[in-house]
Amino acid sequence: MKFTEEHEWLMIDGDLVVVGITAHAAEQLGDVVFVELPDPGGEVSKDDEVVVIESVKAASDILAPLDGEIVEVNEALVADPGKVNEDPEGDAWFFKMKIEDMSELDELMDEAAYKKFIS
Amino acid sequence: MAQDDTNTDLQETVLNGLHRALGAKMVPFAGYDMPVQYGLGVMKEHLHTRAHAGLFDVSHMGQVVLRGDGLDDALEHLVPVDVAGLPVDRQRYGFLMNAEGGIEDDLMIARRADHLFIVVNAACKSADIALLRAALEPKDITVEVLDRALIALQGPSAEDVLAELAPEVRAMRFMDVATVTLDGAEAWVSRSGYTGEDGYEISVPNAAAEALAKRLLSDDRVEAIGLGARDSLRLEAGLCLYGSDIDSTTSPVEAGLTWAMGKRRRAEGGFIGADIVQAQLADGVARKRVGLRPEGRAPMRAGVLLFDAAEGGAQVGEVTSGGFGPTVGGPVAMGYVAVESAATDTRLWGEVRGKRMAVDVVSLPFVPNGFKR
Repeated sequence: MKFTEEHEWLMIDGDLVVVGITAHAAEQLGDVVFVELPDPGGEVSKDDEVVVIESVKAASDILAPLDGEIVEVNEALVADPGKVNEDPEGDAWFFKMKIEDMSELDELMDEAAYKKFIS
Repeated sequence: MAQDDTNTDLQETVLNGLHRALGAKMVPFAGYDMPVQYGLGVMKEHLHTRAHAGLFDVSHMGQVVLRGDGLDDALEHLVPVDVAGLPVDRQRYGFLMNAEGGIEDDLMIARRADHLFIVVNAACKSADIALLRAALEPKDITVEVLDRALIALQGPSAEDVLAELAPEVRAMRFMDVATVTLDGAEAWVSRSGYTGEDGYEISVPNAAAEALAKRLLSDDRVEAIGLGARDSLRLEAGLCLYGSDIDSTTSPVEAGLTWAMGKRRRAEGGFIGADIVQAQLADGVARKRVGLRPEGRAPMRAGVLLFDAAEGGAQVGEVTSGGFGPTVGGPVAMGYVAVESAATDTRLWGEVRGKRMAVDVVSLPFVPNGFKR
């Protein structure tokens, strides 16, 4: 698993990358009550706002971690946003991307570096 | 998302150590270091309060005792509610007015045997106290600011829980006030709150507060509840938050709070801003506070603009507080809209992130209240 400074995790799944938010981010957000996902098929650039997530406290965005194409979104989160708090680093993935340059993943933090980042 | 737990500019309530020991997430609020949530989180804290009972530290609020001859008349000049007709050991909701007919703060007024006991909002308390002193002290009325703790116990189990310490609280009705002994301490208890549930607000000496809070929390039915759930509970109950839903530019008529004034004060006036308020009562107002129920799942928070059409149209209002209502199971909000758009069931559109989303005007509260009248 790789991590961004925006508290996203990325996991390689074949030629795709699965993206979600970290347990740390989910805890900081508090109970998630609303998730708005992008339409699959769209090209996105790094730092584009692709997902809107609202907790009991505030609204925030999830940014595209890298350039690529969103190929699949986790519709189950729309009906049950609370999953983001229950299983942020598992069932509650947000979208799957096709990354243009997979080598860019190497520049992201590994788990040890992310743990240090949030401590 | 880093958290600063060591803000030294903030004041602390006497229960600060208890909040930290309970694992609260602390935030700055009205100049105080206060718990926004505990381990349960906002959603579960909210639902627990509606199902059982929640304990809230509201010691940051201002507690003031007023005494003196002519007090009722003097206070009625500042507050457009029936103070003179308030019986001993009863409490009434009111607000401090300004000359423009706006609300400087909202407050609770309780009549005790030989004084009035008032509770004001934390964020307004120094301004309120200055206003009260300036208006009342020249009339030989004393304004005594108390340093006491204030704890709210709210929810359908509140009566059973508190009655274990003082059985006489069972006989109290909504807005009754009594002095009882709780865990050895003299407590001033009112049957009231800010959640829409039955419950009590309990003023105790600082020295007794932590022991009492721990005693109440030792009951399985009681959980500590933070400011996050306090806000969602009051919003579902349709209760105003000062600074958001009412402020120095909103009148009691626009805010839909004239019920609190009573017939005599509405008719007689005789309070600061009465000319404006009475003209509004006679001629109507241009905007009104309403309940708002977004159709989708997206919360509409304070500042969302309201329109009378899905595209184009005119702006007819603005959300003043909004969020997710855990008991409703969806977004809820309040705001001001033009009277032409204020009728229940009027369909409006709120602009969220550049998109117009349907929202309906609804009657308040969102959740029926549980008061013991």
